[in-house]
Amino acid sequence: MSSTAVPEKVALTPPTTVRGNVRGYLERLRGGDLGAMPAVFGLVVLCLVFAVMRPVFLSATNFANLFTQGAAVTVIAMGLVFVLLLGEIDLSAGYTSGVCAAVLAVVLANYGLPWYVAVGAAMLTGVVIGTVLGTLVTKLGIPSFVVTLAAFLAFQGLLLVLVKEGTNISVRDQTIIAIENSYLPPALGWAFFAVCVLGYAAVQVVRARRRAGRGLAADPAAVIAFRVGLLVVLGGLAVYVLNLERSRNALIVSLKGVPIVVPIVVALLILWTFVLRRTAYGRHIYAVGGNAEAARRAGINVDRIKISAFVLSSGMASIGGVIAASQASSVDPNTGGSDVLLFAVGAAVIGGTSLFGGKGRMLDAVLGGAVVAVINNGMGLLGYSASVKYIVTGSVLLLAAGVDALSRKRAAASGLR
Amino acid sequence: MSSQPVLSIRGLDKSFGPVQVLHDVSFSAYPGEVTALVGDNGAGKSTLVKCIGGTYSIDAGEFHFDGRPVQVHSPRDAADLGIEIVYQDLALCDNLDIVQNMFLGREKRSGLVLDEATMEEMAARTLRDLSVRTVKSIRQLVSSLSGGQRQTVAIAKAVLWNSKVVILDEPTAALGVAQTAQVLELVRRLADNGLAVVLISHNMNDVFAVADRIAALYLGRMAAEVKAADVTHSQVVELITSGRSGELGLKNGNGVTA
Repeated sequence: MSSTAVPEKVALTPPTTVRGNVRGYLERLRGGDLGAMPAVFGLVVLCLVFAVMRPVFLSATNFANLFTQGAAVTVIAMGLVFVLLLGEIDLSAGYTSGVCAAVLAVVLANYGLPWYVAVGAAMLTGVVIGTVLGTLVTKLGIPSFVVTLAAFLAFQGLLLVLVKEGTNISVRDQTIIAIENSYLPPALGWAFFAVCVLGYAAVQVVRARRRAGRGLAADPAAVIAFRVGLLVVLGGLAVYVLNLERSRNALIVSLKGVPIVVPIVVALLILWTFVLRRTAYGRHIYAVGGNAEAARRAGINVDRIKISAFVLSSGMASIGGVIAASQASSVDPNTGGSDVLLFAVGAAVIGGTSLFGGKGRMLDAVLGGAVVAVINNGMGLLGYSASVKYIVTGSVLLLAAGVDALSRKRAAASGLR
Repeated sequence: MSSQPVLSIRGLDKSFGPVQVLHDVSFSAYPGEVTALVGDNGAGKSTLVKCIGGTYSIDAGEFHFDGRPVQVHSPRDAADLGIEIVYQDLALCDNLDIVQNMFLGREKRSGLVLDEATMEEMAARTLRDLSVRTVKSIRQLVSSLSGGQRQTVAIAKAVLWNSKVVILDEPTAALGVAQTAQVLELVRRLADNGLAVVLISHNMNDVFAVADRIAALYLGRMAAEVKAADVTHSQVVELITSGRSGELGLKNGNGVTA
């Protein structure tokens, strides 16, 4: 690797060639850093299996269903990534989403206020919940596992109070309903796709050129082209399929386009990826998760970072609750309950976020959310009962956590820790 | 070499409750020189360092920095003066890379966004100035580094900020022979670059390999501050174990209070 000709450059800059990039990736894999590999692999295998056993799995209607069914869990999982990065856990995220959804429904139905006030109230509820949880964990030093387990129970009760011990509050606001039940016009779907691709390509190219201009190692053009190409192919395929006519009788009602929830999830993904990767705040979250004592000595306010992570987790759970309310067009005592939390934690971990803290990306939650949605949807198509679905999803979560623990062990064995 | 100490402390007292840990300690560090701070376990080395670093508040005593009297009340004050301490456990984040660790808590940004390019350049320049050639890439995760390389990163992190005094707490304690040599070479180079280096060590070979001056603590008192060239190996050992060695060290009665 290192030559004596230009020691300064070669010695201190990362690989800049395509081969260097590929080799770096393989080295990370071998060293136990599997990243998103298991999730992508699992997604491909699951899709193949379900497609072979139930061809309807690949239909345009079912493809659109995957997005609307997986959205709420994915959004909650994205919030959980912040908490998991710190090596903490938020077991109450599911019922937090339920409580926030109930607040939304109550404000809409009982007070008749406009949708944005209701969404604001729901999100504010999430922020308050997160602040309380984070404060209990940091200032009192109660383990997050216990605090959020207690909150898990208490919020179940709070949700019952809000829905008057078991009634079902319907959500009739058209804007809220539209999130999960309306679709972008096909042209707008393509425009959204184009903006995403061009934006991504622009960011990548500008960064590479700026770095190259300062004599720093930059990603080679081929690698950037590969990434952008991948986005074009996968994103293009998804938008194309979503824009197919899904209605049985298109003359009566046309049903096509990208679900409105998709751009919302993509926007959240971009926002939080930016925060985690490009801001000092995001860097500090990784630092606290990796070595809280080192972070403290570096002058980082560890308590504030932890509280903010719980606020973000609960805040994202509130958005997940709004999406869930939209999907069901109502809120009942089960909103955000039963399997939602398990699925959300599963989504983050399956995607490659470590339960031990310090490792994970926002994209993990989305990939893992896709895996969970595919399992749920495919097994439903295969006619399995809820019992089997629970057992399989539980096993997948255990498998993902096992992969996480094993890769950590492997990293330790290969001297990478 | 230079005669003016960059950091000088006089009459430092420090107690924890009823236990007085440091008695009237004076200590100086000179630019361009390595000062070894030696002493047995419990002699007060770590306490002295934490007082200098602002982690502990002092009960009495004067601090002079660059000839000016100063007050150090917090680690932030010490860092502002240009005093950096590299603790034994290094305080690095395994899950971050070298650049990220070196700038932890003091990230360069342009607006809201981290200025990775500038940080990478500064980190590369610092490592180059220290003639560090052992790391493959400054974008390597710290988890993939050896013990010596980690020590190097921790030291580079300390000197990145134009610091004037760098205090190293047992930098070679956990290292093998080759890596110890590398780190000692780096310690020497820091001093040759004009920094005042304070090296805490138990290892006499390390001390005599790099130190210009030796300060020996004995039961919370400064037994002697001498030039390394003026003393022998066994004299320093005597200073550490009994507080005196012939003419050097604490006078009987004046010193030990059991």
